[in-house]
Amino acid sequence: MRAVHFCSSCGKVQPPVPVDYFTFFGFPRKLNLDTAGLEKEFYALSRRLHPDLFAQANPEERAFSLEQSSMLNDAYRTLKDPIKRTEYLLRLEGVELEEQSKQATEKARATGKLKKQVVPADLLEEVFELNMHLEELRAQKKMGEDDPALLEEIGKAKLSLEEKYAALFNELKAEWNKWDKSVDDETTDGAEADRQKILDKILDVLNRRNYVRNLVRDVNEALEN
Amino acid sequence: MATDYIVGIDLGTTNSLVAYMQADSPVVIPGEDGLNLVPSVVALDENNQVIVGNAARRYLIETPERAVYSIKRLMGRGLEDIQKELKLFPFQLADDLHEGEVLRIKIGERTYTPPEISALVLRQLKRNAERFFGAPVTQAVITVPAYFNDAQRQATKDAGRIAGLNVLRLVNEPTAASLAYGLDKKKHGIVVVYDLGGGTFDISILKLHDGIFEVIATNGDTHLGGDDIDNLLIAIALDDIRGELGLDFRRDFRRSGEAVQRIRQAVIEAKIALSSQPTAKLDVDLPGGKKYQREISLEAFEQTIQPIIDRTVAPCKQALKDAGVKPEQIDEVVLVGGSTRIPKVRRLVQDLFGRVPHTDLNPDEVVALGAAVQANILGGGSEITKEMLLLDVTPLSLGIEVAGGVTDKIILRNSTVPASATQYYTTQVDGQTNVAIHVLQGERELARDCRSLARFDLKGVPPMPAGMPRIEVRFLIDANGILRVSAREQRSGQEAEIDVQPSYGLTDEQVENMLLESFDFAEEDFRQRQIIEARREADTILTALAKAKKNQAWHELTTEERRNVETLEKALVAVKDGDDFHAIRAGIDALNEATMRLAELMMDTAVSTALKGKAMDDTDLAEGPQAGHPVAKAEFE
Repeated sequence: MRAVHFCSSCGKVQPPVPVDYFTFFGFPRKLNLDTAGLEKEFYALSRRLHPDLFAQANPEERAFSLEQSSMLNDAYRTLKDPIKRTEYLLRLEGVELEEQSKQATEKARATGKLKKQVVPADLLEEVFELNMHLEELRAQKKMGEDDPALLEEIGKAKLSLEEKYAALFNELKAEWNKWDKSVDDETTDGAEADRQKILDKILDVLNRRNYVRNLVRDVNEALEN
Repeated sequence: MATDYIVGIDLGTTNSLVAYMQADSPVVIPGEDGLNLVPSVVALDENNQVIVGNAARRYLIETPERAVYSIKRLMGRGLEDIQKELKLFPFQLADDLHEGEVLRIKIGERTYTPPEISALVLRQLKRNAERFFGAPVTQAVITVPAYFNDAQRQATKDAGRIAGLNVLRLVNEPTAASLAYGLDKKKHGIVVVYDLGGGTFDISILKLHDGIFEVIATNGDTHLGGDDIDNLLIAIALDDIRGELGLDFRRDFRRSGEAVQRIRQAVIEAKIALSSQPTAKLDVDLPGGKKYQREISLEAFEQTIQPIIDRTVAPCKQALKDAGVKPEQIDEVVLVGGSTRIPKVRRLVQDLFGRVPHTDLNPDEVVALGAAVQANILGGGSEITKEMLLLDVTPLSLGIEVAGGVTDKIILRNSTVPASATQYYTTQVDGQTNVAIHVLQGERELARDCRSLARFDLKGVPPMPAGMPRIEVRFLIDANGILRVSAREQRSGQEAEIDVQPSYGLTDEQVENMLLESFDFAEEDFRQRQIIEARREADTILTALAKAKKNQAWHELTTEERRNVETLEKALVAVKDGDDFHAIRAGIDALNEATMRLAELMMDTAVSTALKGKAMDDTDLAEGPQAGHPVAKAEFE
């Protein structure tokens, strides 16, 4: 199913229908996506919807073209990036990305409290040790000291985290495959619940991945300063 | 659309140009003086007539308080953030200016906002184009630095409107340059445009393929350019003069305007000379009689300007990072802007990107030529442009100020435009009917470190208990890179009225008023019309005279009479294409008088010939004696 951007009989640009980004491009709501195909479609649609092509058209057509092409660009930007695509799908399916939610951030800022950050269970020990090392590093830097052994430890920890980061992406892709399969499967009694489980798992992987990314960022900052 | 010419305009800090697409290639439309570049200089003469361009430049030196240059530096900016500019440029602010008000600049006894001054330059370009086409021009594409923020863009659009132009599109300067570059030869690959002009610096990274010009990332500095190099050299010269000659022009306000402008002119000439010579000489006649002379070596020059040029490095590196492009992946580097003629700049570009930059295109004209190509595309396109499409980006992230004075980014920089984002708001108090939103542009975390774009007041929210309304606010950045906002309360479906208070700009009402005021220029236009009519009359009399010279009567004049007529003929030819109406009028009258006897002789000849029985088919006498003076009023074309 794909959105209709132009009238099939007179060819004139149509007002945009509020569809989701997948439908806009005529793609199924799957996480594995043919990015080359997406790009091709993006350029093809741009060539027909871009405001530059409607500079001499009537105000209505100009307005439609503006709306359609902004949706086109927004959709392309979201679907092109694997993480944005994943987050978008979750939102479509009604899953709230709690940790990054704007409300949570605003609330935290307003009250001055820390945002609820759940440390992934398998990282607990690693994170504890790393944070200790980083504290030490910061204290040392203040004194102007330099401890190569400590730096080496931190360096190793960072490498380990970067490896985990890559592994998490692979885990995410495995979940993608599960989701895509569930979309293809016929609706059975348990299918709805199964899909929900997959979505929950995806959210979990995303959160863990974000956590690791933030950690690596903190390490880099501590090392630079 | 043949009668509706859409032109492309480069409204530059130092020079402006207007161009259009002529068959397969864009061409610049010259001014009356035959020159392609119109200096972005505006002056008021003794009679408060507006002078624009080359003619205005001498006012910078003779009566600097009646002239202004580099006004682009003030477009879309407020009082607080131009303090640095005020120290380096002779801008004189209006005496009654308040904080938060739109800037107004004094020129002579009048005050103008920056968009009004830019509009005067645009008017001049518009006239040049109309003179060229012999038809009205009302639509244009105008270029802006890619890194211009929303307020700066809006100011440019306002200037266009005040000048009587419908601005179909604002195009980013590096993107326009890439259009001129990629027009022929089906260029494709990754192209970097390094644009260092008089006042702004842009770096854009584009992907060209199948006629699509796609900007991947852009960065820059809207207060960095050739002007900064000039100002540095002027400062050094002023210090030198104080040391050597004991004259402190920084303190001598009465003379400093003229002195600084004279030094500036010399410094610019030296800078240009050093692009092809190892040394240059500064030779300035200072007011008061003394002379300042100094030799500058290329080495000293390059050392001096190093810090300024180095400021282009960080934006370049950031753009490469945002684009995810490494120097090895770049296929071409295109140089734009007069300052890229400086050899040191070219070396820096070569080092940064690891390749010799493309210098075939005229760096002064390429932006205008590209604008002309875009103008052609917007007009429906032609054979050569029909496959071309521009996909540009917004240079700065768009954000909303949220609790705690923090910016919440809703549209990220380098997003392809048009782009949109939707946010949901609700009320804090029961029955609240207004919601205030503060929109910002920039990459910083805190709202106060970003650029305030505007405050939107959503009015007409249906009164409900606090937290009930669900107001959907849609932010849309259009193809010009300018923000539009629309809002709707979802439960009631009611459109909220949006009252925009631009932080640094003019309201629609103000622009309309300025447009109306610009009809005072009707006087200026009337003067133009007078000149055009006088010119036509001059052409008529000259053509008639050329014909009359072939007549037998010509030889019946004395040698002295003939010489007199020819002298006056040459004199009229010399003035008739100029702007001096009185000179043209005087020339016509003088020539008329000098040729009176010739006319009489011709009549006699015709009469006597007729009496001899020959047919009077000489159209010179078509009007007969009523014409009063056949040579003057012949309508025999």
